[in-house]
Amino acid sequence: MSILIDADTRILVQGFTGRQGSFHAERMLEYGSRVIGGVTPGKGGQEVLGLPVWNSVAEAVAEQAVDASIIFVPARFAADAIMEAADAGIGLICCITEHIPVHDMIKVRAYVNMKGSRLLGANCPGVISPGKSKMGIMPNQLFSPGTTGIVSRSGTLTYEVADALSQLGVGQSSVVGIGGDPIQGTNFIDVLKMFAGDPDTERVVMIGEIGGTAEQTAAEYLEAHHPNLPVFGFIAGVSAPPGKRMGHAGAIVSGGGGTSAADKIHMFRSMGLPVADHAEQLAEIVKASLEDRD
Amino acid sequence: MNLHEYQTKSLLERESILVPQGAVAMTPDGARQIAIDLGSVVAVKAQVLTGGRGKAGGIRLAGNPDEAEDAAAHILGMDIKGHKVQRVLVEQASHIKAELYLAALIDRTSQQIMVMASSEGGMEIEEVAARSPDKIRRIFADPFMGIRSYQCTRLAREIELPVALWPAFHRLVSKLHAALIKHDADLLEINPLIVDHSDQLVALDGKMTLDDNALYRQPEFGSELGSEDQHPTEVEALNAGLNFVYLGGNVACLANGAGLAMATMDAVKYYGGDPANFLDLGGGSSVEQVTQAVRIMVRDPGVRALLVNVAGGITRCDEVAEGMAAAMDEIETRIPFVVRLVGTNEAEAHRILEPYDVEFASRFSEAAMRVVELAREGAV
Repeated sequence: MSILIDADTRILVQGFTGRQGSFHAERMLEYGSRVIGGVTPGKGGQEVLGLPVWNSVAEAVAEQAVDASIIFVPARFAADAIMEAADAGIGLICCITEHIPVHDMIKVRAYVNMKGSRLLGANCPGVISPGKSKMGIMPNQLFSPGTTGIVSRSGTLTYEVADALSQLGVGQSSVVGIGGDPIQGTNFIDVLKMFAGDPDTERVVMIGEIGGTAEQTAAEYLEAHHPNLPVFGFIAGVSAPPGKRMGHAGAIVSGGGGTSAADKIHMFRSMGLPVADHAEQLAEIVKASLEDRD
Repeated sequence: MNLHEYQTKSLLERESILVPQGAVAMTPDGARQIAIDLGSVVAVKAQVLTGGRGKAGGIRLAGNPDEAEDAAAHILGMDIKGHKVQRVLVEQASHIKAELYLAALIDRTSQQIMVMASSEGGMEIEEVAARSPDKIRRIFADPFMGIRSYQCTRLAREIELPVALWPAFHRLVSKLHAALIKHDADLLEINPLIVDHSDQLVALDGKMTLDDNALYRQPEFGSELGSEDQHPTEVEALNAGLNFVYLGGNVACLANGAGLAMATMDAVKYYGGDPANFLDLGGGSSVEQVTQAVRIMVRDPGVRALLVNVAGGITRCDEVAEGMAAAMDEIETRIPFVVRLVGTNEAEAHRILEPYDVEFASRFSEAAMRVVELAREGAV
């Protein structure tokens, strides 16, 4: 098993005819994902990659069963695209688009919750269940099937960690990027809960960064609800100065305490969660824990 | 993007929130003219995007226009925590009966807009949070319903505001919440919010942070890319579409993706180096952007070695290599380069960089260790 997506997940692509949308839809198809077509307003009736294009999400779901939608629509129109998917009753919505205004996201998040859908992102790399399906932009070749779940606020750093794990023979059940924005459809706890309930996930790698206190809240959640789930952490931004935004809209050390990497690492360690000193070491400590067990 | 006190106050005033009368001057004579027009005791306040200006002597009271001119002459050009004072705000001095705190902001924990108030105004809110956290009271705005009146009543009661001020406080909270949304702000803070001699609620100081992602629909500030509290190189990088933060160390770092860029700096630090910058190329960057990134990093006189750490996904390694090659063709530099390019079109990238004097690394830690070693040799 895996979480969020598997080999049967039927995926729609919003922003299908655009450069990013068509490029990544093709990579997803190469990986074996069941992409069923896409949406671009005004281009309904055309074909891309041999698949149908619809004018709206509602038109697509009227013709075919859709389980999930991935969004590559430009930032100014992306909030609308997410709401359109939720309005059409799509259960899982993954928004890759970066730079959506935060006030739009507050409303979008509340709307998606009200409609009973799950949003992943925005500003995230998506999700991959290795060997089964990919709904995202991560490079296909770095992942391998296995029993380690990964949840992360970062994209490329996740690729590094997954690659390092794969090279050490540690495969992954699902790899989920929750995104780098301050407002998120899905947070660490949502994903940890899913991993804890997945019989094929035996341990979880959690990749956090500076800004906010979501990592601490997640650690508290784990201690209270899943004390026996092995979790390995890494926090990016130990060398980040206070008050500066480090690329991600949400990556900033701000007043009030708890938002710096040192605070987060301290909290993890005080709860007995192993934390890697640098990114490459993360895969090594996971591997070492497996050898200890044998 | 952070706004100055005078910019924030002019926005507040337009939302009919009371602020002291005043204007901005860039010269001592300008300050004198404003003091004459106001015809009262004035406060002359340095306009810098940093805290602690009061302690640094950046705020002075002046009883007459001569004193205002003197105060401005003293404050203009002053250096406050690395920020040079270019403007002063000259405004009517207020009679203060009480100092409160009020702010509306995006709260990550609740994923909503939060309004925060305290009876302890006039000091940094972090200080209040550390000393007496129960003195900070909060209400949350429903994304669809906004702030309700009963919530304001609760907030007013909890910060022990006199009942006579409750109606004015309600109006103020509503206006502040509306202004936060209207201007796409992450934060709108009034500190202190004072009760003046005629029992009016007046914003004595204001701070505002705008959402950079929404500047396109805020025409008033959208044209000003980068603000005055940024290092000039950061503004240049911003204009080139790069996420760059100046750190002042000796190892320049270039990576793609914010998480990887941070982890790269962290690894440099872990192996005993000192990162010169954070530089995130972003996803799918162009050849020209890479060239510009290398130019910016190499120009920094403190840099002794440069590390490129790219995990190719959307970003193609060959394009990064081409951008680097173009920069090296154009700039004569003796700074050693350590390059780690993995993922999409990696082999092609190595072929492009073959003729150049760069060291390749395949592992993350190996790359970080080597660049720190080279920076050390360069420093001797």
